[in-house]
Amino acid sequence: MITLRVNGEEHQLDVDPSMPLLWAIREKLKLTGTKFGCGIAQCGACTVHLNGQPIRSCVTPVSAVMGGDVTTIEGISSSDGLHSVQQAWIDEQVAQCGYCQSGQIMSAVALLRQTPNPSDEDIDQAMSGNICRCGMYGRIRSAIKNVGQGVVQTYDPQETAHG
Amino acid sequence: MGKWTRRAVISTGVIAGGGLVVGVALRPGHRAPDIAHLVTSDDEQLINAWVKIGGDNHITAIVAHSEMGQGAQTALTQMLADELDARWQDMSFIEAPAEDEYANWALGKGFVIGGVDIPQSLVPTVDGLFMQVTSAMHLQITGGSASVRATGVYGMRIAGAAARELLIKAAAAQWEVPESELTAKHSQIIHSGSGRQADFSEFAAAAAQFKPSRTPRLKSVEDFEIMGRSVARHDIPSKVDGTAVFGIDADVPDMMYAAIQGAPVFGAQALEFNANGADQSTGVLQIVNLGEAVAVVADGYWNASQALKMIDITWSKTGSEGLDSEKLFAQFERDLQAAKQSGDATDDVSSGDVEAAFERADKVVEANYRVPFLAHACMEPMNATARVDNNKCEVWAGSQNPLGFKYEIADALEMDASQVTFHQHTMGGGFGRRGTSDVAVQAARIAKVAGVPVKLIWSREEDIRHDVYRPAVASQFRAALSDQGDVLAWENMFHEKHEPDEAPNIPYDITSKSIQHIESLTHVPFGPWRSVDHSQHGFFTESFFDEVAQAVDKDPYELRRALLSDKPRHLAVLDRAAKEAGWGEKLAAGRGRGISLQQSFGSIVAQVVDVSVNQGSVKVDRVVCVIDLGFAVSPDGVRAQMESGIIYGLSAALYGDINIVDGAVKQSNFHDYQVVRMREAPVIETHIINSGAAWGGAGEPGTPGIAPALANAVYQATGTRVRQLPLSNYDFSYQFVEEEEVS
Repeated sequence: MITLRVNGEEHQLDVDPSMPLLWAIREKLKLTGTKFGCGIAQCGACTVHLNGQPIRSCVTPVSAVMGGDVTTIEGISSSDGLHSVQQAWIDEQVAQCGYCQSGQIMSAVALLRQTPNPSDEDIDQAMSGNICRCGMYGRIRSAIKNVGQGVVQTYDPQETAHG
Repeated sequence: MGKWTRRAVISTGVIAGGGLVVGVALRPGHRAPDIAHLVTSDDEQLINAWVKIGGDNHITAIVAHSEMGQGAQTALTQMLADELDARWQDMSFIEAPAEDEYANWALGKGFVIGGVDIPQSLVPTVDGLFMQVTSAMHLQITGGSASVRATGVYGMRIAGAAARELLIKAAAAQWEVPESELTAKHSQIIHSGSGRQADFSEFAAAAAQFKPSRTPRLKSVEDFEIMGRSVARHDIPSKVDGTAVFGIDADVPDMMYAAIQGAPVFGAQALEFNANGADQSTGVLQIVNLGEAVAVVADGYWNASQALKMIDITWSKTGSEGLDSEKLFAQFERDLQAAKQSGDATDDVSSGDVEAAFERADKVVEANYRVPFLAHACMEPMNATARVDNNKCEVWAGSQNPLGFKYEIADALEMDASQVTFHQHTMGGGFGRRGTSDVAVQAARIAKVAGVPVKLIWSREEDIRHDVYRPAVASQFRAALSDQGDVLAWENMFHEKHEPDEAPNIPYDITSKSIQHIESLTHVPFGPWRSVDHSQHGFFTESFFDEVAQAVDKDPYELRRALLSDKPRHLAVLDRAAKEAGWGEKLAAGRGRGISLQQSFGSIVAQVVDVSVNQGSVKVDRVVCVIDLGFAVSPDGVRAQMESGIIYGLSAALYGDINIVDGAVKQSNFHDYQVVRMREAPVIETHIINSGAAWGGAGEPGTPGIAPALANAVYQATGTRVRQLPLSNYDFSYQFVEEEEVS
């Protein structure tokens, strides 16, 4: 039996100890916000936090996280509402297909926790492990900076086209 | 609550309305099972196939396009809402089910058959023809950047306007006033004389009894209230909190999981396999030999994928085992030479006397270009979940062609399409890949054999190695030039032609042109890749054009201008891009600036790229992008699509390279099929021109122009002319050393 603590809840799972955390989260706990992208820690879609640090759950065996606190995308918002990073993502209209965004947001939350007002270089460093095939890097960068600088803007639905 | 029959749906919605204008009227009787679930409560009236109005005055657009990130569902809803005079806050949308009633003829005609716009005169006279044709073709495709310009313009706007007119008719009858005294505004009908007003929902049921006009009056641009505004996309909140349900997240009771290994060499079959104990491995239910692939069904994906690795499969020989990319390119170039000798090629464009122009030319410039095979590499690996029992099949997946999938699954299982239900899901990227039904068909076949619901997930390796690839293409050019710097003739021959038909053409005013193609087949499966043939021809033609400019010693921007004097839209886009980018400024050593212009999918796009070459590596610093797509329904959505198309094209230009080795794909995952990441992503500035021309697409037109603008910038920075992609195969360290010595 493997004991996992995910988003503050303990679970006893009868799984192969070498099974990556990703599959335990997705298939056993049915927390499907964390995504499979590559299986070899190249794309970041599976990013979750272990004790607050971002890890790639697709290559992390469940046995390696026993006793630790795992946080997934489902665990970062509170009853008060969205995490500021999530709100910033909406404000900047970051997501297109959205598949990579759970991982992007988990990496951004970890970055901002460590470096509350990150520079471009900090963002390059922390976010280059997360691939976005829709290419929304500029918006991700803006959203992170908005959180860092305390300007999580509200989206203006009245904006019109300019020729 | 009235109930209605399928026949009623067809007779009033499909036949009478052609699925474009008139919808599905409520009738006493039986509910049509295929559409009934769209009506979720008893006070809702489905007043046409594209819109329903609830008792609470909540209005739902039914959108016949899939969401793969492009935001089309929101833009289409804007189009309907504006013509309906609905209040934006009252609107939501759902995706139409994979049923014939929602097939999109406009796209079928414009994209699959080939690059034509529908004549405006046809729109009011269709009367059922559209839908009948589309149903026969089983198409419900999202692609060709067609959502807004086809379904939106020919469907959603007309549907919204027709619905508004029906509501006004119903209100006039109920209030006993002339229709001319009524207007619609903010989801209400207002009587000008009395000031009386009431919600749309009050008239929804009565409106369904009227015969809709086949030619509803559409708004002019000045009257738009919702179109042209950047509204927040409806799908984004669920994509930031992990609740969006992609195909890979489908959850079916008692579901098992499958991992799969396809034939390394395309076309090979699994003759036999040695399980090596895989069938006894933890959690394994069954090993299924599909012929072109072998799958393991287990209680979880991990167990399935671990067991799969244990199996030794013996594949049949196809004769392609000795092929590699170099041999294929040699074949293309041999076939092109042979065609030049024999004259046996198909004309795409033929004007003037090309031969005579070359005879009198003072100078001839020629160059041969190549692009490699490309995979799509959608973030969400290919997957589908299927259940087959009692002569019924259900499939859960994301598809760019849900209706086509339904028919193809039915064919594979030897069922009637009516026995197949396709549950469409939002897609973690499509880019053309999710228009091919191979994975969904595999899932259905595995589920049938296994006798349990199965979620088939392709590994990333399987995704990279069993794609339907952007073809590898060779293209050869010659241009005839005069001493005065005139471009007398443009000659181009290439192999492999798909859609759109006009992709290899150029907009420049050159009297004598010969553009031809030949066939040179390979065993590598091909499919549409974002912007389809434009993805290669944009690079070829706009790079070679710069070579021509260099040969006649002209600025590439100025030469383009000179040859576009009869094309004001192209000129305006080009000029705006040059101005915004600061074209003509002197650049520091090691820096370069390149320009490109490309018309595709009804839109015109110019891009200016700034690069810096440092210690042999090329960095893209900035991209200025200008698009004229006629009218931007959602300006922020258009900007997002330009950013996305540019990064997608940039990944291909810098790194994209699928090599064939021993008949199979060499690359396997993001470590050897690299894509642009945060640290390499340039600043992108997008400017939109609303010229008022016929509305164009946005999903694809951002992609073709980035590679040539980049290559042209690299030439300026390094003196190296990039004629083969990707750029990562070039070594620029020599140029750097040279510059150091100069400075």
